[in-house]
Parts: sequence; C-alpha cells; structure tokens
Amino acid sequence: MMEVQESLGRWDRLGSRDLGSRLEAMEIISQEVARKVEAIGPLTSSPPATSLGSDLNDILAHLLMLSKRCPFEDVRERSIQLLQEVQDLGVRIPRPLGNGPSRFIPEKEILQVSKVDSRTQSIFEDAFAALGRLDNISLVMGFHPQYLESFLRTQHYLLQMDGPLPLHYRHYIGIMAAARHQCSYLVNLHVNDFLQVGGDAKWLNGLGEAPQKLQQLGELNKILAHRPWLITKEHMEALLKAEEHSWSLAELIHAVVLLTHYHSLASFTFGCGITPEIHCDGGHTFRPPSLSQYCVCDIANGNGHANQHDDQLCDQDMCGEVEVLMERMKQLQECRDDEEASQEEMATRFEREKTESMLVVTSEDEECVPSRDISRHFEDPSYGYKDFSRRGEHVPTFRAQDYSWEDHGYSLVNRLYPDVGQMLDEKFQMAYNLTYNTMATHKDVDTSMLRRAIWNYIHCMFGIRYDDYDYGEINQLLDRSFKIYIKTMVCSPEKTTKRMYESFWRQFQHSEKVHVNLLLMEARMQAELLYALRAITRYMT
Amino acid sequence: MEKMSRVTTALSSNTISGKTMFCHLDAPANAISVCRDASQVVVAGRNIFKIYTIEEEQFVEKLNLRVGRKPSLNFSCADVMWHQMEENLLATAATNGAVVTWNLGKPSRNKQDQLFTEHKRTVNKVCFHPTEVYMLLSGSQDGLMKCFDLRKKESVSTFSGQSESVRDVQFSMKDFTFAASFENGNVQLWDIRRPDRYERMFTAHTGPVFCCDWHPDDRGWLATGGRDKMVKVWDMTTNRAKEIYCVQTIASVARVKWRPEKRFHLATCSMMVDHNIYVWDIRRPFIPFATFEEHKDVTTGIVWRHQHDPDFLLSGSKDSTLYQHMFKDATRPVDKANPEGLCFGLMGDLAFAAKESLINSDTNRKPYAGGDRRNPLFFFKKTDPTEQFAHVSSALTIYETDFDSNHMDWFVSTAQRYLLSGKPFAELCDHNAKVARELKRPQVSTTWTMLRIMFSDPANLPAAGLNHSLSKLGSLPLMNSFSLKDSGLGTESRLERSKGDNRQDNIHLEAGNSHISNNNEENEETEGSDGPAECMFGDAELDDDDLYSMDHENQAEEQEYTLPQEGFQLRHEIVDNPSAPEHFQQDKADSPHVSGNEAEVPCLTPIESFSLISISQPLFTHHLPASFFCPIVREMLSYYAEQGDVQMAVSVLIVLGEKIRKEIDDLTQEHWYMSYIDMLQRFELWNVSNEVIKLSTCSAITCLNQTSTTLHINCSNCKRPMSSKGWMCDRCHQCASICAVCHHVVKGLFVWCQGCSHGGHLEHIMNWLKSSAHCPAGCGHLCEYT
Repeated sequence: MMEVQESLGRWDRLGSRDLGSRLEAMEIISQEVARKVEAIGPLTSSPPATSLGSDLNDILAHLLMLSKRCPFEDVRERSIQLLQEVQDLGVRIPRPLGNGPSRFIPEKEILQVSKVDSRTQSIFEDAFAALGRLDNISLVMGFHPQYLESFLRTQHYLLQMDGPLPLHYRHYIGIMAAARHQCSYLVNLHVNDFLQVGGDAKWLNGLGEAPQKLQQLGELNKILAHRPWLITKEHMEALLKAEEHSWSLAELIHAVVLLTHYHSLASFTFGCGITPEIHCDGGHTFRPPSLSQYCVCDIANGNGHANQHDDQLCDQDMCGEVEVLMERMKQLQECRDDEEASQEEMATRFEREKTESMLVVTSEDEECVPSRDISRHFEDPSYGYKDFSRRGEHVPTFRAQDYSWEDHGYSLVNRLYPDVGQMLDEKFQMAYNLTYNTMATHKDVDTSMLRRAIWNYIHCMFGIRYDDYDYGEINQLLDRSFKIYIKTMVCSPEKTTKRMYESFWRQFQHSEKVHVNLLLMEARMQAELLYALRAITRYMT
Repeated sequence: MEKMSRVTTALSSNTISGKTMFCHLDAPANAISVCRDASQVVVAGRNIFKIYTIEEEQFVEKLNLRVGRKPSLNFSCADVMWHQMEENLLATAATNGAVVTWNLGKPSRNKQDQLFTEHKRTVNKVCFHPTEVYMLLSGSQDGLMKCFDLRKKESVSTFSGQSESVRDVQFSMKDFTFAASFENGNVQLWDIRRPDRYERMFTAHTGPVFCCDWHPDDRGWLATGGRDKMVKVWDMTTNRAKEIYCVQTIASVARVKWRPEKRFHLATCSMMVDHNIYVWDIRRPFIPFATFEEHKDVTTGIVWRHQHDPDFLLSGSKDSTLYQHMFKDATRPVDKANPEGLCFGLMGDLAFAAKESLINSDTNRKPYAGGDRRNPLFFFKKTDPTEQFAHVSSALTIYETDFDSNHMDWFVSTAQRYLLSGKPFAELCDHNAKVARELKRPQVSTTWTMLRIMFSDPANLPAAGLNHSLSKLGSLPLMNSFSLKDSGLGTESRLERSKGDNRQDNIHLEAGNSHISNNNEENEETEGSDGPAECMFGDAELDDDDLYSMDHENQAEEQEYTLPQEGFQLRHEIVDNPSAPEHFQQDKADSPHVSGNEAEVPCLTPIESFSLISISQPLFTHHLPASFFCPIVREMLSYYAEQGDVQMAVSVLIVLGEKIRKEIDDLTQEHWYMSYIDMLQRFELWNVSNEVIKLSTCSAITCLNQTSTTLHINCSNCKRPMSSKGWMCDRCHQCASICAVCHHVVKGLFVWCQGCSHGGHLEHIMNWLKSSAHCPAGCGHLCEYT
C-alpha cells in the first residue's frame, strides 16, 4: 500500500506551473528509471516478470502517457527523450494502443495538446495540476472549452474539495456508478485514484467487501441508473434511518450528485468512444506492432476498413440532410400559430413520444469485454433500463413545472452541500445554452429549437414532461437513427457502437456530435437528479 | 381616490372579522388571490381551481371553475389574480403558456372568457393594472412580457427583456410603470407605453429573482426576493436603484407581500424546505417579527386579505390546505430569542451584549481590574408607537484582554526555575516560593511556604515556631511582595486582624498584575479552609524571611548528603522507580536538617532561637503529624488543578512525593501529569517536561519518554539491519562500526561526520579534531565537530 502511494506521489510535482520544479521532478524520475533499469540487468529479452520489472513498466507507461498528454511541452519532450534512452539501453518500451482519445473521432480532428489556444491551454494545465493527468474525456471535451472549464471545476469540487464524504468514499461511489454501466474506462481511472487516496484495496473485490453503508447505496445506484422514476421517499428513508450505518442528508446529497455525475459521464464515455488512458490497462502494449493495427475492441465494435468505404457511400445518400433539418426548423417556427393543437392532442403527443422512445430498439446486441471484472462492483447485473409504460407498470408523469431544477432542486442541493448547487446550475446552463450558431457548414443558425428538442426528448424518456412543450416537434427534428443513438447512449450506453455514432447526422462535424453528447449527458444527469431530489424533498416534508 | 379608499377601508375593516382557520383543498395550490371586498378567495393549482367564500368560522366552497370531463392544461395554473376593480374578472397563467381570463358573470358552467396563447413557454405571472380596467400583463418563461387589452383578441404590446425567463411582473400602484424580475437576477423597469426598451435595469440578486412587490404607500419602494435567500428593498426614486434594506432568510424566497398599513412590514414564504410564513420588520432583519407555522408543506401563495387590514393573512400550500392566519395568533420569535450574546474574539477579547436594563441594574459589576478596559457601545433604537416589537435596546460591552495578561511568561519561567528534586524538601519549597514571589504570584508562594511548614519534620522548628514569632516580629519588613500597609501593627495585634489586612492587600496587588482575573475568590477560598491552614496563612511571610538566612548555611552542608542528579545513570532505568532519587534524598535530607538546624541555632538572633525552641515546641509538637495536613493539601491541589494551574498541582505532587501520593488516586495524578506535560511541550520546554516525566511515579507517565527511543541500525557492510548487537552484524560477521582513530570496535557512543561518514569513539574523535582538521580515516574530508 505504502509503495503504491509512494510511486504515485512521484508524479505530483510535474503538475507544477513552475518550470524549474517540473524539471527537477523529471530529473528525479529519470534517475529512478535509470536505477530500475540497472536493477533489472542488461538486455532481458523476455518481459521481466519480477515485481521490480512491472514497476518499471508502470513508470514507462506513465511516461508514455506524459509524452502524449502532458500540457507542458518540456515534460513531453523530456519524456520522449527518456523513453528513447531507455529503449537504447535495450529495454522494451510501450507504445500506445488505439488511435487517440476516442475510437469514433480520428485523432487528427481532436485538439492536440501541443496546439491549443491559451485559454484551453490554461484549462488543461489546471486539470493536469489537479489530477496529474489529462484524461481522454477532457481532451474530447476540449472541443468546447467553456463547458470543459465548468465541468472540470465541478468534478474537482465533487472529488477533492470540502464535502461531507471522505475522499475514498467519493471515488468508490464513482466506481460503483460507472460499473453500473460497465464502463471499464471510468472504473479503471477511479480504482487508481481510490487507491491513491488511501482506499482499502479489499473493497475492490466487490461491493460485499465494502462497508455496510456503501452496500446500502447499491440499491439506489441501481434504480437511479436504470429506472429513476421508481425512486420513492422510502428508498431515501431506508438510507437515512439505518441505525449505525445511516447516511446524513448532506452525505446523501453528495452521494446522489456523484452517482448521477458518473452515470451520465459513463454515457458520454461510451457515446464518444473514449479509449482507455494510455497508462492504464488496455491503453498501451509492450508487444511490438503486428501487422494488423486493430485492437480487440475495435474489432468487436465492427470498426475496420470496410466502414470507411461505407461512409463515402452514405455521404452521398444523405446529402442534404442538414438542409432538410434546417427547413423543418424554419417551418416549425413559422407554422406554429397556424395549427394550434388542442390540449388533448398535446398530451397524446407526449405519451406517444414517450411510448415510442421505448420502442426504439437498441439494435446491435454484442458483448463488450471489460478488462476488469466490473460486475463485482454492483449487484443484480440483470437489472437494466425497462420501459416504464410496458407491463402495466404505470408511473405518473413527472411534471417539470412542479419540481424543477431551477426552483427546487437547486435550493435543496445548495442548502445541504453548499456551492455545488451553484456549480451544477452553471454546468446545466452552460450545456443547455452552448451554441456557436452553426450547423454543419451553415452559419448564423438559431439552434435553440433543436437543442430544446434533444433536451426534452431525453427528459421525455425518463417520463418528465414540460407542459409548455409541443412534443410533436421532436418527431420533426430528430430522425430515427439519431433517436436510436440517443436512446442507446442514455439508457444502455455500453451498447453504443461506432456504427451508431456514424450513422446519425452524417454531415455534422465531430465537434457538433460531441456537443450533442454533452447535451445528452447533462440532460440525463438532471433527469436523474430531479427524481432523486424530489424523493429527498418528499422525505423531508 | 386614495382618500376614498381609505374611507371605505375604515368602514369595511370593521366588518372584517374571523379567526385562524383552514380548510382542506383537493390538491396542492400554486397561487391564491382575494377579491377586493375580502369576502372571497380563489385558489389555483395544477389540479385545482376553486373559489371559496371566507366566513366567520370557516371557508365555504363557492364555485369550482375546473369543469369539463377532461380538463385541459389551460386549467393547470401557475398563477391567478382577481381583478381589483371588476369583481367578476379573474386571470390565470397556465403552465402550458396560455393566459386565460374568467368571467364569473357568465351564466354557463364554463366561465372561461378569453384565451391568449401567445407565449411559447410557461407563463409565470399575470397582473391586472390597479386602475386601468382592461389592462392585463403577463410574464413568461420565454423571456417575454405581454400586455393584453381585454377588449381585444391579441396582445397590444410585447416587451422583450432580452435577458431570461420572467418570474414576476408587478404594476406600480398609480402610474404606468411596471417591474419585472428575471431568472438571471435582473430587475427591469418598464413604461407600459414604451415596449421598445426598458427604462432601467439593475441586478438585484445572484440567481433568479422569484418575486417582487411595490410598496402600497411608498411609491418608490420595491421589495424583491430571490433564490439567494434574500429579500431586498430598493428605493427606485433615485437615479440608480438603491438597496435600502436587506433581510436574510433561511431559504429561497418564493413570494413577498408588503403588509398593509405597516410601513416597514412585509410577509415572505419560501419555495423549498421551509414551510413557515414570516412577517419581517425590514429594519430588524435578523429576526422575523412574526411567524405562521401552520403549514406542513411549502407555502405557495400568500395574500393579505384586505388591502387596508394588516391582521388577516391568507395562504395556500402544497399540503393542500388553505389557511386564514390571524395576526394575533402568530408566534413571535423575538419572545423566544435569547437577548444575551457572548462571544470570544480571536485575541481573547470578550464581547457581551445584553438588555440595557439588565446591565444598568447590575451596579455591583465592576470592570475587571488591571488593564481591562470597558468600552460600552450603546445602540438605541427609536421605536415608533405602532411598532409591536418589544422595545429593546441592548448594550454591547467589549472586554479587551490586556496584552500582557495573555502571556504565559509566568508559566514558562516558573517551569524553568522551579526545582522539583535534588535538594532537601524544605529547600525546594523555599526555592519555589521564592520563584513564585519573584513572579508576583503571592498565593502560590505562600502555598509553598505553608507546605514546607506542614511537612517538615516537627523537630524542624521554624514551622512550628511561627505562630509565636508573629507576635514578636510582627513589625519586621516582609520579604513578600505584598507588604502590610498597616505596618504599625503592634505586638499585640491579633492574627485575625493581620489576616484581614492581608486580604486587602491581596486585592490591591492583583489590580496590578491580574494574572488570574478572579484571584479574589481564590483567596477567600483558601482563607475559608479550616484552622491550621488559617493560622499558617498570616505567618508564612515572616517565616520565609527568617528561614532565608538559614538556608544559605544549610546548603553547604547538604551537599554531602544529597546525591546530585548527575550521579545517577543517565540512561533511563526500565524499572519503574524514578522516584528513587527523591525518596532517597528526602530521607537523607531530613536527618541532616535536624542536626543542621540545631547547629545553626546559635547563629540566629537570641530572640528567634528562643522563640523557636522554647515556645513553639509545645504548641505544635507531635500532636499534628504531617499526615494531618494531607486532606487539606489534597483539596488544595485539586483546587489548583481545577483553576487551570496544573503546574502547581504537579510541582507540589512531585516535591511532596511519598507524603501526599497515597492521598490522591492514580487516575487523577496521571491526568494532572498528562496535562502539565502537554502544556510544557506546547511551550517547547522539552527539558522540563522530561524532568517531570522522570520524576513522576505513575507508570503511565514514566513510560512516556521510553517510547520511540529505539534506533535501528543497518550494517555498514551488507546493509542489512542488525538485530542483536549494535556493533556486530549477524550476517556478514563483521564489525560494523570501527573507530577511525583506534581501529577498535565502538560499542558505546559512535559519532560520525555527516560529510564523509567516518567516525569513531566520541572521545577519540573529539581529541583528534582538536589537533587536526582532517578526517582521521584519511579521506581528506574536512570534518567539523561542534
């Protein structure tokens, strides 16, 4: 345990903004590497099996990550140099697997850490200083620096700043939430963090090994992830009044915010096809490059040469998609007053959309192989998103006007977990209002209608209804392949494939698709939060 | 116009009567409104839209406006308003964005009059103009405000706030201005005749402004309430909106309504968590003037029943009830509030606020002596006669701590200068008494002296002789820091008398030093103890004096008998017997003392020797053995410890050793030791703390300085830890530490240079480096020995 902490501690000073201390830290690392290389002895042809060797490999993997992802140029250069030196000594060095931070987006499209504007650079530096890494999620979000800033601030506050829960609990809850969606990326990331803040490695064997208090959270985690509309105040009561294992209100709010944050972040991770971190399992390999460049997951997801060919074909087919969409938006804006639908009509439109969203089939069933046995972090793996209108399981529609984030949710969160309400509020608004007034190649487009349709469609899937929204608009604006993508991403994100990602909005740019993903993520988080907070409010009154 | 309404009010307010009452609604209410004559109230919500008449004893449902088999969303009301001039006219804001007007005069069941569906989003608020009959204003989530003329089918003008969702719109009382509050914290002022741009805008709150309300009488005053839990009152008559009052509540403010006829009162209710309705006096923003606590869920709508009657408040709530609150039934938090406040400042200053009357009546209270200053700051509040707040004025007193008295210098120097062992008992006492006296702690000093007297062997006369010598030597100058003022005390002066004087002096003195603020009491208590102690008290100083001359001679002799501390092994013994030296010494010290005394007697002045030997002996012979005093001493120690002077308690405990140890239970002793050691360590008095640990007899304490004293050594050859011996490695069978000078194994203290890591016997290295600057191992390093 001590060793783990020690070895992780060595990277901390690289995050410093002071050039001198970075160089110093780099020097210490290079000395350590030299020592370890010496200890292994010269020219071991087979990968060293000793603990000493694997330790070295970890360091080398970390250096590889730094050489690619560190926002500081000096560290990147020094890392490359160091790796080269080690290789020259005859030690096998790792190379990154996969292409860039996302499987879906070509690496060249994504911002390079070396070529960003000063604002993004400063955000990246902050993130690097706080976590000692710049994760792939941040890189992909780098398309939208305004949002990224707000996102990182919130996440940093939730995980590292003052709060009712101890640090290792926070990471463990993150693991629980991410595991619910079998998101091995987030689980790996947080297992490392969990150990670093002094978490008990035994807990990682499964929820059964964790304290009773966390085990009780499992039920809430399960429902919140898949069927949040089933949450009642009794669930909250069970947690809040469990004798010696009971949660305090503030702790519960913190836990709920973390759970929802990681559920929706898992959606984003799958939705953007985030690849494993370079220094984590599955992010690098020590094997020499073989002929086929594809890693297992690429093949599993059906990504190969063939796809590129497909793309071109489809591009021609779908030409003019954007124009059609824009035309519809225009029509909706103009014709609105002409055909005013009756109230009954509006109600049925919502119900229809709600029901239809259930029928959108998440087509491709496939097995994705998680690198870590993730299912042990939660119970009841068969529990998934179930369509609430089926099987006579009728749940009254949640009226957004009766319990809204702005009026009610915010006040409750801010009361029990100060400042977080404000941060979440800013983050939601940022995601909802973010626009560059462009659509694909077109400029000066008012996209508010489209954004609202996406947002409300997601809330609709969770049974949240806005009285003042005509759900007929959704049908006009969101085509089927887009709905499939949304539905998959929000309800069972682990089934998202590259094909789905590519088949919607073909002419749009990647940054716009990431934008959509941000909307989806925040809308989902807010929906889950609303259900959970409403239950807590009901418990309190 | 105003006068007219005043007149009608005066009339109608007589007719309004009732009591606190409530009725159950079928569904949660979102908003309520009353008709002008205060006889009816309309309740609107998502699933309810009803009119109730307010009767003397109860609410009676008069009309259900929610008709039709499948009520449309137009009935789902976010807000409702009853026209204040046309009593058949109502307007509602629907959650689906519709603005609906209702005419109660319609003969059909459905009273819906007009339907405006111009807003794209939920309408949050509707408002009739107070004087223009046909003018209706709405504010919506889509950021627009629309003005409708009820005679037309469409809005006559649209106001675009250009900021965000509109949460509230309110017409000013008499002109064409209206205020709109927004979700982004802004408040805008508009002229209804100029829809192109607002007249002024300012940011009132952080986060949404949920509500606003114009003052019914004061034209310029606008109250706003926001999610940031504040209620602010703005003066709009000036060029820039000026915040004149601010009330901090405990939850986001959903509604705010000025109280009729009370210029400074307003009612608020919250949107989340807090279910109460508060009425504030904006000039006293820290405590609500009155509270209504009836609701079980959040209050969603509040309205004063009549616009000129301050005593009736109606409220609707999510708990599906409609209440009429009587003002006289309200709870007054101020009655329960604690009017006294006490707070310590960072630097030890003390602030105390209490009712003025309370302070003034307490004439006995005097400012603390010695540097303590009293700064009375009085806050008076003019109360206007109609105000119902209790007339309260408080006095705030701040006691500043004298900078010096805060210092713990006395503690440090006491700790450093006290002798706890190494000398005969009596001498230790004397020394310590002297130390205390020099530090201006007369009481402590006296205590030491008394202890010496009590526990010295009876044969050891001075103690016994005192009582007597007082009468003889009463006029001797006192060495003690406080001298008797009444130096004219004759030989006949009574002990009682001198004691009394003594006490006065004490007080006097304390005024000067003020180490312990309530020394007064301390003295009283000590004096209040029983007989023997009392006698001692007065005498102590004298005794001190003449013993002093004696002590010098004693010292020379004593040296032979008392083993110096250094004589003992430096290394700590594992055996729990640290008291050995003291014990040992005590025994020895006693016997020479006697003999010494006898030897010295001739040196003393004849009078003294006479009094000591011949007279005192009979008074205090063997009747009072040392054990007789034990209970008193025990009490005294507890007293000191409780006063926070654990130093004294522990010092006495150590000095007295066996004499008192049995009297005090181990746990208490241990507790004292721990506290004292802790304090010493905080002052970084490591040596003293270690001495105390060494001298203590509690096993729990003595083991303290044996923790983490193990040094692990690795072999210099094979780098493995050496387990059994410090000089021979088990593994490589080599001698690890060889002296660089004599080349022999170092078995004791090994000193080495931090630069070149060569070293050897301490002595050898010391000698070597006296003559040479280079390392004895010949490595060429310039070693230094400091």
